[in-house]
Amino acid sequence: MDKKHIGQHISKQFNEELEDIRHKVLTMGGLVEQQLEMAMKAFKLGDIDLAEQIIQNDEQINELELIIDKECMQILALRQPAAFDLRLLISCIKMIPELERIGDKATRVAHMTVQLFNNDTGKRDDYYEVQHLSELVILMLHDSLDAFARMSLDGILAITEQEKVVNREYSAIVRQLITQMFEDPRNITRSLDVLTVSKALERVADMSCNVCEYVTYMILGEDVRHISHEEFVAVVSGRKGKE
Amino acid sequence: MENQAERRHAIDISSIRTISHNPGKEDPCLHVENLNLFYGQKQALFNINMVMPKQRVTAYIGPSGCGKSTLLRCINRMNDLIDGVRIEGKINLDDQDIYAKSVNVAALRRRVGMVFQKPNPFPKSIYENVAYGLRIQGINDRHTLDEAVEQSLQGAALWGEVKDRLNDNAFGLSGGQQQRLVIARAIAIEPEVLLLDEPASALDPISTLKIEELINELKEKYTIVIVTHNMQQAARVSDYTAFMYMGELIEFGRTTELFTNPVKQQTEDYITGRYG
Repeated sequence: MDKKHIGQHISKQFNEELEDIRHKVLTMGGLVEQQLEMAMKAFKLGDIDLAEQIIQNDEQINELELIIDKECMQILALRQPAAFDLRLLISCIKMIPELERIGDKATRVAHMTVQLFNNDTGKRDDYYEVQHLSELVILMLHDSLDAFARMSLDGILAITEQEKVVNREYSAIVRQLITQMFEDPRNITRSLDVLTVSKALERVADMSCNVCEYVTYMILGEDVRHISHEEFVAVVSGRKGKE
Repeated sequence: MENQAERRHAIDISSIRTISHNPGKEDPCLHVENLNLFYGQKQALFNINMVMPKQRVTAYIGPSGCGKSTLLRCINRMNDLIDGVRIEGKINLDDQDIYAKSVNVAALRRRVGMVFQKPNPFPKSIYENVAYGLRIQGINDRHTLDEAVEQSLQGAALWGEVKDRLNDNAFGLSGGQQQRLVIARAIAIEPEVLLLDEPASALDPISTLKIEELINELKEKYTIVIVTHNMQQAARVSDYTAFMYMGELIEFGRTTELFTNPVKQQTEDYITGRYG
């Protein structure tokens, strides 16, 4: 199944409608990805202007969610799609709340940034603990959206494999923060901020994996939610194209 | 805390059943084996193999001329009436080969009823239309006929609409009512299998829904095979779907599977409205 497949309906209008939905989901994904990147940058640099811009942008993401939902519903009602078309729509309907929540996480980090740096005491902190984690997670999100854009399962296992790395890193950060808090209670406030951001990133990694699951469903027609990673690997590696 | 744990325990999701689109074990009813059909030199069906289960609805879909109606007509040997038709292979109805020499075709057609695209009531009263099949079997007892007519009309979801005018001419009914009358006529002789060839294609949407609802009720008693051009109709009414293309059976499987994740690319292209 590839992108070209969408454009082969006898009804040109249907082609356009599906392509339009796919395009909008990709736009939403791109926006969300950009928000997360900007949020981490603003947090690291203490850039309040950037953080405020992120908070404003969130509106657009919410709006896109509503528009895509409505259009999917219209196609379901008017076209009664089947097979791949149906799975594409169902995947979009399931994916966009995940994207919207990732957007919310970015906004949350932006709000924190505003709060932390508004009463700027001149003290700078680059929150070195979350830098690597954020790079990992942003890449995961990027790759999962890329899988949707390409409509391909190539590389999807690498993304879900990456989630384990993220989880390990998150646990390491938590351990480190606990140690710091034990050492000096004055570290508690800062540690909690770092913890909140790390937790948000860890959730984004989960949601990126969910996006991968919907992409897998769209392409293979197999529901791969709530199964072990090993089973997921088996499904994806044993995939068959249409005869 | 304890209460909460108890409540959680009390909820047992095994009791939550989904609407049964996926029936469990099936009894076979019709068994098509290596069926080939030729109109003169031209082959119209190629090596068809399939098992249609008892008391389920099987739908045939496919583009015009793909052989759906031809295959359907094989099941009650309607093709025998066409000159130059040659059939190879077997169709078993409950383990009996319907093409065996010993088979009485009239008796077979009593077991396998058929309804066509255009409602074709006889130019008789509503009552006589339904009683017709019984009368030609030699049943003339008024009481028996009354009972059979009422039961069949009820079975065809038409009784309420016609019970006060059973002696009116059947042509006075609407198209949808006529089609249900024809179904009543078909079930009056209590067949085992009902073949429906585009039963709703000449009807308005509401009559179509009534026929579909009726099909759903009829499958409690009968094995139903339906040919339809309307894919959504096949998806709505059938348990199993067969996709045919140019005389070949491309894919046959549970309707829920076939419409969400077909195995063959050709099926996918057809049901999603792409170039085949």
